[in-house]
Amino acid sequence: IMFATQVHGDNGKMKEYHYTGPVEHRFSPYSFNGGTVLAVAGEDFAIVASDTRLSEGYSIHSRDSPKCYKLTDTTVIGCSGFHGDCLTLTKIIDARLKMYKHSNNKSMTSGAIAAMLSTILYGRRFFPYYVYNIIGGLDEEGRGAVYSFDPVGSYQRDTYKAGGSASAMLQPLLDNQIGFKNMEGVQHLPLSQEKALQLVKDVFISAAERDVYTGDALRICIVTKDGIKEENVPLRKD
Amino acid sequence: GSESPIQFGQINPNIASNFINTLHQDLVLSFPPGFPPSCSPSVPLPFTMSHGTTTLAFIFQGGVIAAADTRSSCNGLVACPASQKILPVHSHLVGTTSGTSADCALWKRILARELRLYQLRHGRRLSTAGAAKLLAHMLHPFKGTELCVAATLCGWDGGERPSLYYVCSDGTRLQGELFSVGSGSPYAYSVLDGGVRWGLTVEEATSLARQAVYRATHRDAYSGNCVDVYHITSKGWARRDREDAEFKSQHP
Repeated sequence: IMFATQVHGDNGKMKEYHYTGPVEHRFSPYSFNGGTVLAVAGEDFAIVASDTRLSEGYSIHSRDSPKCYKLTDTTVIGCSGFHGDCLTLTKIIDARLKMYKHSNNKSMTSGAIAAMLSTILYGRRFFPYYVYNIIGGLDEEGRGAVYSFDPVGSYQRDTYKAGGSASAMLQPLLDNQIGFKNMEGVQHLPLSQEKALQLVKDVFISAAERDVYTGDALRICIVTKDGIKEENVPLRKD
Repeated sequence: GSESPIQFGQINPNIASNFINTLHQDLVLSFPPGFPPSCSPSVPLPFTMSHGTTTLAFIFQGGVIAAADTRSSCNGLVACPASQKILPVHSHLVGTTSGTSADCALWKRILARELRLYQLRHGRRLSTAGAAKLLAHMLHPFKGTELCVAATLCGWDGGERPSLYYVCSDGTRLQGELFSVGSGSPYAYSVLDGGVRWGLTVEEATSLARQAVYRATHRDAYSGNCVDVYHITSKGWARRDREDAEFKSQHP
């Protein structure tokens, strides 16, 4: 079991091993467990995908720890960052969903869950949940919706968003392929479910090549009006 | 004593409750217990918050113009190229935000809630000056913490008076006719100081505001992407089309 000292540095990546002089070590309540999450919203569907590797420092704790959690029949949340906070946060969200269902006699909509998560995260503004959340689901009109968050609750609705350790690599690729950014003379075709699915698989294969914390397997949740379908795709295990 | 020897940002509910009582008697703001924390040494955070922006607002004969860029950056990475930095609070009040995105978004939301409650309790809308004072007093318990909010409230009060206030989380509250806030503000000020007059037409004022933000995005690394412009008149706020600053640089 790893003792979470400052060896891991402030952003979770390993610090260099050379002697710089006496260093004061302090217990950090946070740890970085890696993982990448991605969500794409289409005309009548939403896809939330995550890798299943759980790592810490130089070790892999598990190859089968997906980061997508089903909240309702129309909403899935992807959480990456510190696994302890991911687990607690999803438990709290589940409890709040149940409370809402019992008081209001209906399930929470995706937009309502997003607004509620923002206040839950901000409630811990001075000792934040170290979790990068992305909610994917259908809005009240049946259109795909993606909501992306920062660790303290700032959020907005997007068409696509990547979060987690490989987010900086994936987001520019999605900007180009889904947002048609920085391309001239291309037709802006709406994204079909098949094309979106293939894009998500390709993009994660690339991420697994270049990011050490991403790999092992890919878990994809496809949200449509008929429910939530899950798919598993193997990735590089090295 | 009763304190745990291991301090890593835990909040003590008993000590923090006296902050709530110092606020105005009419207002009972409901914070979660133990918020704000009174004696927490800060936990070293493993991530950075979003900062860096250019926002501006000025008064002229046609009302108030508020403009902002749309880049939300996080320690060198553009976390969001299409964020909303101008948030409507109610039909006649708009706030520009600068600082940490989460702080600005949540505190604007709390301000909107309190203004609505004021309207329901007193039968009239609170003036911009009152809203500015309310926001400043709500942020005061957090002075000295890492909360970072620098907002300008642009509104139209009851009669024919456009109104502009700058409120900051360190306690500043200023009334003025021209403000620019954020890392790109020096560049915006230089453009605005050369062009703002009372007698501008609405079109001239809008284009001046866009120019100022565009110039700031050109020079400031943390500002960029698109420019949002809002215009507040006696009839309320109206949003102009979001224009891409890059597009403008290639097609002047």
